[in-house]
Amino acid sequence: MTDKIVTKDLNLWYGGFHALKDVNAAFQVNRITAIIGPSGCGKSTLLRVFNRMNDLIEGVRTGGEALIDGLDILAPDTDLVALRKKVGMVFQRPNPFPLSIYENIVFGVRIRGAKVSRSELDAIVESSLRGVLLWDDLRDMLRSPALRLSLEQRQRLCIARLLAVKPDVLLMDEPCSALDPQATARIEELMRELKHEYTIVIVTHNMQQAARVSDDTGFMLLGELIEFNRTEELFASPRDKRTEDYITGRYG
Amino acid sequence: MNPYRTQRIAFFLLFMANALILLLVGFVVVVIVQKGLPAITWQFLSDVPRQGMRAGGIFPAIVGTLYLVAGAIVFALPIGLLAAIYLSEYAKDNLLTRLIKLAIVNLAGVPSVVYGLFGLALFVVFFKFGASILSGSLTLGIMILPLIITASREALESVPQSFREVSLSLGASKWQTIRHIVLPNAIPGILTGTILGLGRAAGETAPILFTVAAFYLPLLPGSIFDQVMALPYHLYVISTQVPNVDEKIRYGTAFVLLALVLFMNLIAIIIRYKFRMKKKW
Repeated sequence: MTDKIVTKDLNLWYGGFHALKDVNAAFQVNRITAIIGPSGCGKSTLLRVFNRMNDLIEGVRTGGEALIDGLDILAPDTDLVALRKKVGMVFQRPNPFPLSIYENIVFGVRIRGAKVSRSELDAIVESSLRGVLLWDDLRDMLRSPALRLSLEQRQRLCIARLLAVKPDVLLMDEPCSALDPQATARIEELMRELKHEYTIVIVTHNMQQAARVSDDTGFMLLGELIEFNRTEELFASPRDKRTEDYITGRYG
Repeated sequence: MNPYRTQRIAFFLLFMANALILLLVGFVVVVIVQKGLPAITWQFLSDVPRQGMRAGGIFPAIVGTLYLVAGAIVFALPIGLLAAIYLSEYAKDNLLTRLIKLAIVNLAGVPSVVYGLFGLALFVVFFKFGASILSGSLTLGIMILPLIITASREALESVPQSFREVSLSLGASKWQTIRHIVLPNAIPGILTGTILGLGRAAGETAPILFTVAAFYLPLLPGSIFDQVMALPYHLYVISTQVPNVDEKIRYGTAFVLLALVLFMNLIAIIIRYKFRMKKKW
């Protein structure tokens, strides 16, 4: 088993607010790691460390290390464009651009600036859509506006848009919270497919989802990573009282 | 007092306020159309003023106004748009930014005659452009700059933050995000603001009074350093400076000016409407 992302004494402050406190965790290749915890516990913040999206917020400071493939991505000279190409993100709300399905998928490729031929782009669109099991549904409507799709299809399209830039890591921030139970089940199925090729980290406040889909789970509370373990073990025999309280529904 | 009664009185007052506005606008339009429309002939639109502006047409004034409006926009749109992009996408929220925003708001409130004097001092005298299309366009441009900046900023800021986040998360640089995602989605709003600015520039008299407008100049301009006639100023001249001008000609001129400005506003409304139809997020 290989560590893809490792955090060492990771700390993060929003101005004076201490949002992440000494987080130590290892996220492994070809596994799905879920981060659970109540609202405001820092799970999304942790996720956004890995593609440096927290940089968008003014007054953010970090301490400690976050290593991806052994490189500290918190280093000031980190190439953010390269990092974000390697570490893609799926957001809570399915958020395709108001462009065609085709243009949504090739967006990430086009902005790289390299000359890509029409047939190569076509191939990327096909393989990305196949990757999210949408190709058969959408192959005849690639030029239609992406906003005409259903919510589930939009979220799949957002994942396809990500796959087109060939990342290693997929960060998913509550990817199913806007979807109904059937669509959620199908997206989870897709995640199980995708983990064979990617490292997946999913943030969710839905414990059942974490239990269903993930291999490892971390439980966070007030900025601290309370417990990190194999999902079965964490849910079956939590070591920390606070974890037990949370998964048995005493708060959250 | 009975709250329903209070409410009914309040609604009545609100309704009357609106009715009054509608009535006033309607009255102005009806009078101008009624008295001006009969003057509108092909000759009136395409001929130069004759017999001391008591006959003939207003072609040079129409052309002059179009030149000035075009010049103003060539100057104000790029600067205004760049300023808006800076303010909405790049500027940090600090004292300098707040001062700039405050200055823009105040600029919008400056009376137009002050712009006229400013244009006279800076462009006509200091830069020695003389009374010319260049001076007039620049003065009008500065006058509509706050309008364009404000409209563009609002258009840019109404593009959902999530679009920017996704674009950045896909490895786009900040500029690529602005260029490929933010700007295309803000263009209708920017266009609307620009066209409203155009309408304002077309209708103002004071800024062109000292900087470009000619009392009587039947020749069309040969370069941007020539003076031109302009519709608002021409209207002022034939209404107050030249005795015995037929009422028909005066209202005809007013009608053309009004039609020009309303036409521009109409385009702005259509663009905004079409965009609203398309917008889905």
